[in-house]
Amino acid sequence: MTSATIRPASDYPPGGDAFRHRHLTGIAQLTPWEISYVLDAAEEWVDMNRSGAAKHDDRLAGLTIINAFFENSTRTLLSFEIAGKRLGADVVNMHAGQSSVKKGETLIDTAMTLNAMRADAIVIRHASSGAVQLIADKVDCPVLNAGDGRHEHPTQALLDALTIRRRLGRVEGLTIAICGDVLHSRVARSNILALTLLGNEVRIVAPPTLTPPAMDRLHVTSFTDMDEGIRDADVVMMLRLQNERMDGAYLPSAREYHALYGLTPKRLKRAKPDAIVMHPGPMNRGVEIDSSVADDPVRSTITEQVEMGVAVRMACLDILTRRKRGIAGWN
Amino acid sequence: MELRPLHIVNALLIDGDTPRAGSLLAVDGRIAALDPADRPNGAETIDARGQWLAPGIIDFGVFATDKPAFHFGGITRAALMPDSGPLDGAGLVERAAKGGKPDLWVHPLAAATKGLEGRELAEIGLMKQAGARAIATGRARIADSGVMRRVLSYAASLGLVTIIHAEDEGLTAGAVATDGEMATRLGLASAPAIAEAIAIARDLALVEETGAPVHFRQVTTARGIDLIRAAKAKGLPVRCGITPAHLLLSDTAIGDFRTFARLSPPLRSEDDRQACLAAVADGTIDILASGHDPRGPEDKRLPFAEALPGMAGAETLLALGLGLVRDGHVSPGRLFELLAATPGRLLGVAAGQLTVGHEADLILVDADTPWQVDAKKMAAWAGNTPFDGMPVQGRATMMWKGGSRIR
Repeated sequence: MTSATIRPASDYPPGGDAFRHRHLTGIAQLTPWEISYVLDAAEEWVDMNRSGAAKHDDRLAGLTIINAFFENSTRTLLSFEIAGKRLGADVVNMHAGQSSVKKGETLIDTAMTLNAMRADAIVIRHASSGAVQLIADKVDCPVLNAGDGRHEHPTQALLDALTIRRRLGRVEGLTIAICGDVLHSRVARSNILALTLLGNEVRIVAPPTLTPPAMDRLHVTSFTDMDEGIRDADVVMMLRLQNERMDGAYLPSAREYHALYGLTPKRLKRAKPDAIVMHPGPMNRGVEIDSSVADDPVRSTITEQVEMGVAVRMACLDILTRRKRGIAGWN
Repeated sequence: MELRPLHIVNALLIDGDTPRAGSLLAVDGRIAALDPADRPNGAETIDARGQWLAPGIIDFGVFATDKPAFHFGGITRAALMPDSGPLDGAGLVERAAKGGKPDLWVHPLAAATKGLEGRELAEIGLMKQAGARAIATGRARIADSGVMRRVLSYAASLGLVTIIHAEDEGLTAGAVATDGEMATRLGLASAPAIAEAIAIARDLALVEETGAPVHFRQVTTARGIDLIRAAKAKGLPVRCGITPAHLLLSDTAIGDFRTFARLSPPLRSEDDRQACLAAVADGTIDILASGHDPRGPEDKRLPFAEALPGMAGAETLLALGLGLVRDGHVSPGRLFELLAATPGRLLGVAAGQLTVGHEADLILVDADTPWQVDAKKMAAWAGNTPFDGMPVQGRATMMWKGGSRIR
């Protein structure tokens, strides 16, 4: 692979200066080279994960990672769990449903409890924007944001960038259309930040009721017409439409949404001939995306995104625990 | 113990636009003379040593009777919002009015509707007899225009001003910030700033129709201010106020999800903030108040959207007001119009000005001493100030209520 967005290792500052963060709370804190540093690190894990039986590395042996999920999730939780286990860490999952959160314990108290159990990294998903930052400020170990409200989902943006870079050979100078419920989407926010930072033209395609205010301030162009918005795009990134948005408050119906904003084979013809189609999952087939598009092995990257997710999360867990593990240059 | 006459000399009196050298005599708890020729026997003399002598601050629209904070801030009277309780019955009003004794005046603002639910008229007349000096819609507005119209005309017939919170509930449902780059970047549910102007426009139409006097407790947007300015030009009985937060902070203050900057209404854009400063300077805004609403960590140490809105403002009100003077937005005299005289007139009390016959509610102000706001060391029972760490200047050094020294 050769591309301007892939740097030789000598391009990065030595040791911890290559990634100067204790936590991964959002893309907003990162620089372009920090993003590509994580992507490069993830490439190695992609290779290992594909290497057959020996999908194991013991560099995190003895460390405890707590996945504290205050909001339901299957895919992201599983992805983080596999990532931690492949690196040899002891991984513990905490679901909000089983925890004392429902008994009225505050988020800070829960965080202090996790901290007292001497976790070496905590992965958090929470339904409120800013909740992960709040916990990160209170605990002694690295905190990884696995999605907070509508705010950020940084590992999703990193895995999307990696998927694009592997498919199209670069992740800069591209035209990328992010389509769907941008208003309520942390995936969209993190991707907007990451992809504009890396030097792509990012477009937002959404009904006006699901477009956040002041989008121009985020250096993106807003479209309400899907056909216009995906014209000549290199990447069409679909977002999941939550069921509760379709009940009339934001949209008249799922049927109408599909007619105006669903990604059909016909509509996809507006994009570049080799444009790829992405979706963070889980999909609403027949609503935001047609099955024939989602299952198209040439255009769709949906399963590849899942694969990259594990690799990116392994890279993040590795990088953020280097200080703890006393790796030379990381202090 | 009999109250000795109080003679404050060597002061800079705030009874006009600019401070002037003078002295003041209070007898039997009231201001008896400015620059008295001679001093009565037995009077206690206080040498102000060149400090400002101003009327005690009348803090219009607070949510808690928080005496230590009020005393620190030079506040001798507080108009208490009806939300805790809520104050919707004569007995509750009477008890709230006694809540400040003996060293603070509390003037309860009665709930306009039963339970502040915006549906049925509260017993406004009985609450007036129990000591309520105005009525208020509370933290939210009255959504139903029909109810609001009846509230306004009924209160007006009793000679009471209606204190209004102006935000359209349809637009602000679920919102915790103002539409803009900040809310979008943080992923916070937000509402357009016009939610305020829409609410103000409706109520101004009702004022025009009923002739009822109203006070918009906080007007925080350029469009809202334009509407008020136009209504005043038409001669409508309208006043409005603001807190220092909306004059000195814009929505960038909520960056990093700082819940101490979660306010109601939410912080606005920089353009709106500049419009508010201009409105203070040109006289459109009549009252500067603290909006004092202390919230402990159980209400504030939460994710932004789950935290409750409000700030502890009583201690910083005077110092931030003095900042407006230093920055040239208002004169010292105008500052105390905003802090004391206009709130006093609105409440119908003989206080708020250095005028013979007024209650001797007085403060000495050292206008220049620098200090730093520290959320951890506040006199208020909670330190939720969005101004934490800010260097400020000026504080009240002595205060009297009805001629007797309380600090």
